[in-house]
Amino acid sequence: MSHLLEIEQLSVTFGGLHALKDLDFHVDEGEIVGVIGPNGAGKTTFFNMISGMVTPTAGDIRFEGESLIGLDPNQVTQRGIARTFQNVRLFANMTILENVMVSQHCRAQQNIFGALFNTKGFKEEEAEIRRRGEEILGFFGSRLVGYRLEQPASVLSYANRRRLEIARAMATRPKLILLDEPVAGMNPMESRELTGLIGRLRSEWGFTIVMIEHDMDVVRDVSDRVVVLDHGETLAQGSFEDVSTNPAVIEAYLGRPLEDRAAADRPMEEQS
Amino acid sequence: MSAVTASTGMPTAVSKGAFDVDWRQIARTGGLLALGLVFIALTGMPVGLDERTVIEPWLSLGLLSLTFLPFVLGYTVGHEKVLEGVAAKAKGARDVVAGAAVGALGGLGLSVLVVLVDNFDLRDPLVNWSPQLVEMLSFDQSVGFGFVAWIAISGALGAAGGALHVLPHQVRRAVVAAILAVLLTAIFESFLTDVIDQLEFLYASRGGLTNVWAVVVFVVAMAVSLSGGGEKLGERRAAYQAASGPAKNRQTALFIAAFSLAMIIIPLVTGKITQELMANVGIFMLLALGLNIVVGLAGILDLGYVAFFAVGGYTTAVLTSPNRGPDWPSWVPTLDGPGGWLIALAVTIVMAIFAGLVIGAPVIRMRGDYLAIVTLGFGEIIRLLFLSDWLGGYFNGAQGITNIPSADFGIFEVKGTDPRSVFYLVMVLAAISIYISWRLEHSRLGRAWMAVREDESVAEAMGINTVNVKLMAFVVGAALASFAGAVFSAKVGSIFPTSFLILVSIVILVIVIVGGMGNIVGVMVGALGLVGVLGGPKQPGLLQEFSEYKLLIYGALLIWMMLNRPEGLVPNVRRSRELHQDEFLQDAWLRGEVDRDESTTEAEASANLADGLGTNGGAS
Ligand SMILES: Nc1ncnc2c1ncn2[C@@H]1O[C@H](COP(=O)(O)OP(=O)(O)OP(=O)(O)O)[C@@H](O)[C@H]1O
Ligand SMILES: [Mg+2]
Repeated sequence: MSHLLEIEQLSVTFGGLHALKDLDFHVDEGEIVGVIGPNGAGKTTFFNMISGMVTPTAGDIRFEGESLIGLDPNQVTQRGIARTFQNVRLFANMTILENVMVSQHCRAQQNIFGALFNTKGFKEEEAEIRRRGEEILGFFGSRLVGYRLEQPASVLSYANRRRLEIARAMATRPKLILLDEPVAGMNPMESRELTGLIGRLRSEWGFTIVMIEHDMDVVRDVSDRVVVLDHGETLAQGSFEDVSTNPAVIEAYLGRPLEDRAAADRPMEEQS
Repeated sequence: MSAVTASTGMPTAVSKGAFDVDWRQIARTGGLLALGLVFIALTGMPVGLDERTVIEPWLSLGLLSLTFLPFVLGYTVGHEKVLEGVAAKAKGARDVVAGAAVGALGGLGLSVLVVLVDNFDLRDPLVNWSPQLVEMLSFDQSVGFGFVAWIAISGALGAAGGALHVLPHQVRRAVVAAILAVLLTAIFESFLTDVIDQLEFLYASRGGLTNVWAVVVFVVAMAVSLSGGGEKLGERRAAYQAASGPAKNRQTALFIAAFSLAMIIIPLVTGKITQELMANVGIFMLLALGLNIVVGLAGILDLGYVAFFAVGGYTTAVLTSPNRGPDWPSWVPTLDGPGGWLIALAVTIVMAIFAGLVIGAPVIRMRGDYLAIVTLGFGEIIRLLFLSDWLGGYFNGAQGITNIPSADFGIFEVKGTDPRSVFYLVMVLAAISIYISWRLEHSRLGRAWMAVREDESVAEAMGINTVNVKLMAFVVGAALASFAGAVFSAKVGSIFPTSFLILVSIVILVIVIVGGMGNIVGVMVGALGLVGVLGGPKQPGLLQEFSEYKLLIYGALLIWMMLNRPEGLVPNVRRSRELHQDEFLQDAWLRGEVDRDESTTEAEASANLADGLGTNGGAS
């Protein structure tokens, strides 16, 4: 059976630095894969390459059997891969609704003449884009809808910006979503909630998910499979339990078992 | 030294002595004023505009060019930022003192200039270093008189400016409104009498408001302002902005209807000069509306926009004039009959779109400054092509294309000698441009432009083909510019490469920036204010006297706007958010619109977690 996303021998160098080296990776439809690794391991670079923002020096990326090498980021998105950014990059001065409407651009058909003559097709499509946008925002509860729809994204709290980033990625109607540290900066309660939402992204929306995350609780709770990167190379792959007891991984994480890290990251009241 | 009164806890104003002023600030502003006044004097404005009276017989436009500045800076020097929760300094005698000091310092600059001009000859580098300047600056008296007079006049004006601070807010506004009203009635003399002949009585026979009527206008304007005339207008505007849905649409429709009616009626009652002026404003408005799509909506800084204006003008000229270059093959028709112009316009639009694609394709992949520079180059290249010997057989090089017939619609003829017809044609095209801008802005293309303007790489990652989208902006902008080109050649009757200098691009850009990037009304206001009042690159405006100093004023205005109101006169909502994000967020925070706390509760989080993981069998 062929994989949804298949990566072979992927390498990239930035002026002598091997940010990624001979990486092999695959995701099957309906999987949630966690990508972990110390800072600077090359995780974000890995995403940048899949989404077409960085061109690999060698190797191949195939999505649904077709190579993505040489495609522009918008073409990759068009094929069905959406992403979020580690350093939240919303369209800050556009409204929350506009943020999710604009990212449906590649799924819309109407051309300039539809807009000029305000045709029936145009009006229907606009209404549909709006409806979908609101539906997607509604997925995150009441926080991003109602009076918020017309507010600029810049007024949102940090956690809500992260949610809006995910909403924006969902709006491109992808098959595969790449989440870059979705819970970074959230408090434990928020990150637990979002962990749940990530599960629902698969079960309700049918997305396949690859997620970079430093929060081991989240990774453990939600991933079917975990890939560990270090210095641009795959250190280990497998279930969270296997990976977290792997000596090489523990070594990479400063000689501490992952379970300890997860425990240490958790606040006091939760451990009791 | 706490100024907080114990009982209320509210900060109150701190009162200060009359001479407890910030002397360094005064020295700085005064120095600036002196430099400014000397600079204005040396531009030749005071002497050149001395003939034009504003108020008979004592205030000429030349004198005004010097005297407005001490007043304005006398006011600004006392302007202090009032911080939230910090006691404001009380307004009082010290503001008057500060204003007077600044004014006197500035006046000293002019005084010294009088003496210098009288004793040294620097006419060689400074053309306006002339005996007339001495005469003017010393009021035809002795140099000594001029020396003392300027310190006194400028000081008094500065004090008057400073005294504005002492007035209650409402009175201050009324005074400023009254002063502006007097100046505007005086400066727009020719326009007002052109529109309504009966207004002649306001003015003296040699021009300029008479003293009596100046006082009347002042008092009336002040009364109107005090009675809340300005406030009501502001309230109306606020109410309109707050409105939404059908109510707002109705108001908008009403406004558009009223505006259109005014546009139809005004040319009927005004004389030729005003009609000509309005036609010119209209042509630049068309250009600015087009550039607004490129710069304002898509955020592409195009400094060579004149290229499309030129393509439009030349295409129409070639298709309609019998005097086009000799090398055109015979199958290219000369459409000088009735309806010919419309066909030419259609071809012109196609050519402009083609030009937009050809110029746009290589340029559009660049970003930011590089793109701006390259467009600047292309703007010149197009003009040089029309000028070149190589294409001389087609476009006649520097001789240009003459004898371009008027636009004949059969029942209605638009010709340069009848500026009213040109104006009507331009307004129809402007309405089309506005409609196009408005529809596109609120379509997915408009949203994509916004996203590209905000963050191009993210827009691309979100599936927007940024190259296509930007090219589209370029092409639409080019098509709109070609409208203006087609009208321009029919109006003027002859076009030359010098009609399309880089200066035209700059003027259009200034209109868009000053008016308010991304806002259609703003762009229209900008065109009216700049081209209408000051004049276009070659077209005279209402203030024909200023035409020599037009570019100077354009530049000064641009700098002032960039410093004080970068979002333009009528700003686009998003643009002002962008430029004033801190203030915007602070306001939103004060209104309680910024979310501070998360409402996630423990129960909610657990429920969600269970929900999310339960349905897929979970991973753990
Ligand atoms: N465009 C670039 N040019 C040069 N070096 C880069 C570039 N992008 C990333 N790098 C380098 O590649 C390495 C991997 O960076 P990357 O951002 O992928 O790490 P990461 O695993 O996402 O780390 P973190 O956990 O901190 O987000 C780093 O050393 C980084 O400095
Ligand atoms: Mg990263």
